Amino acid sequence: MIPARFDYHRAADAAHALALLGELGDEAKLLAGGHSLVPLMKLGLAQPAALVDVGDVRELSYVDERDGVLAVGALTRYRDIERSELARRLVPILAHATGRIGDPQVRARGTIGGSLAHGDPAADLPAVAVATGAVMVVRGPGGERHVPAREFFRGFLETALQPDEMLVEVRFPASGVEPWAYEKFSRRAQDYAIVGVAVVRGPEPGIALVNMDSTPVFCAAASAALGRGEEARAVAELAAADGRPPSDLNGDGAYRRHLARVLTERAVRAAAI
Amino acid sequence: MNRIPVRVTVNGEPTEHDVEPRLLLVHHLRETLRLTGTHVGCDTSNCGACTVLLDGEPVKSCTVLAVQADGHQVTTVEGLAAGDGRLTAVQEGFRREHGLQCGYCTPGMIMAATGLLAAEPDPPEHRIREALEGNLCRCTGYQMIVNAVRWAAAHAGETFDVATGPRQAEGAA
Repeated sequence: MIPARFDYHRAADAAHALALLGELGDEAKLLAGGHSLVPLMKLGLAQPAALVDVGDVRELSYVDERDGVLAVGALTRYRDIERSELARRLVPILAHATGRIGDPQVRARGTIGGSLAHGDPAADLPAVAVATGAVMVVRGPGGERHVPAREFFRGFLETALQPDEMLVEVRFPASGVEPWAYEKFSRRAQDYAIVGVAVVRGPEPGIALVNMDSTPVFCAAASAALGRGEEARAVAELAAADGRPPSDLNGDGAYRRHLARVLTERAVRAAAI
Repeated sequence: MNRIPVRVTVNGEPTEHDVEPRLLLVHHLRETLRLTGTHVGCDTSNCGACTVLLDGEPVKSCTVLAVQADGHQVTTVEGLAAGDGRLTAVQEGFRREHGLQCGYCTPGMIMAATGLLAAEPDPPEHRIREALEGNLCRCTGYQMIVNAVRWAAAHAGETFDVATGPRQAEGAA
């Protein structure tokens, strides 16, 4: 399968990428690792007129600790997050969930910013960002703005990003995100989750579901119940009632609610240790 | 038609071609460079038959545009055996342990295993299985592939004569 024709622009750095986006308007898409976008282009489901390749913009590839946050550059590849000692120590749910994306080849190419900006509700990192209360640093022609992950995802493959903006950094709270658990269920090792759940117990509990709606689902009632110390089963019942789960060949909505309940109960118990 | 210059070092050799931006790396390797050892299997980044090393990391070349490899190093299965044609331990391991039947998935399996052993020279069995998670084989049931990678780890750095059959090589080793 061969993608439709497009114009190709390679950005030397983030400023160049933003200038290109400004010039090309909403005809253009950013290309990071390309492991969400290229498959869609091969299937003809995405046909951008132009791509701005930011894959070699190394200035946005880093995992740093600063001012109480774990700051992850948007173009940091999954592999580098998975292997980052800092990420494993400060936000272990991020390192763990990143290590469960796709397969090793996918993790060698895909980037955190690419996944979040793509906004696929079946992907792992959007739910992790929502559960941990991460903040997106978005850069545009007018400067930078900060968007909480819980307000970032607007619809299926839709985010708060404007066509002339790019996600440059993701900030995770560097404390209070433990204990944690991440559970996902898929038929084959490399598949997207049919349903997944990220649970952060911390002082401010956060529970978010994967693939239970057109966006990652923040389970406000279940998170509050977890904060009150309610039992895993009760928390899981609340989580499973959230979202509007899709029906597809992997399972119908009722089955997804069943999975959400089982996985959340399991994750809440695991996060108790 | 717009064409973009792409400079990729493939198996140690610098290459330069003007290509369409939509050209996939796997097609660049197979059709522009005539390196047909890299296979197209599912063409949907599931099966891993197209796995090559990009800057030493296994990637699925059906999901990388050739232009994305500009300025980078690619190693294909043709690049493993040395100039004298001697096989690497991974290649020999697949032969000794019968890590293939039809052979379609084999170049991808070998490249994924080569990438693993470069990063982790002596991986436990579960790590081998995880490293091959993105490579599908419909013949072997995987156990013999895992055995082949274990064999390769135990013979790291050795090279093997492709002309001698496995039986003779056994005696020689």
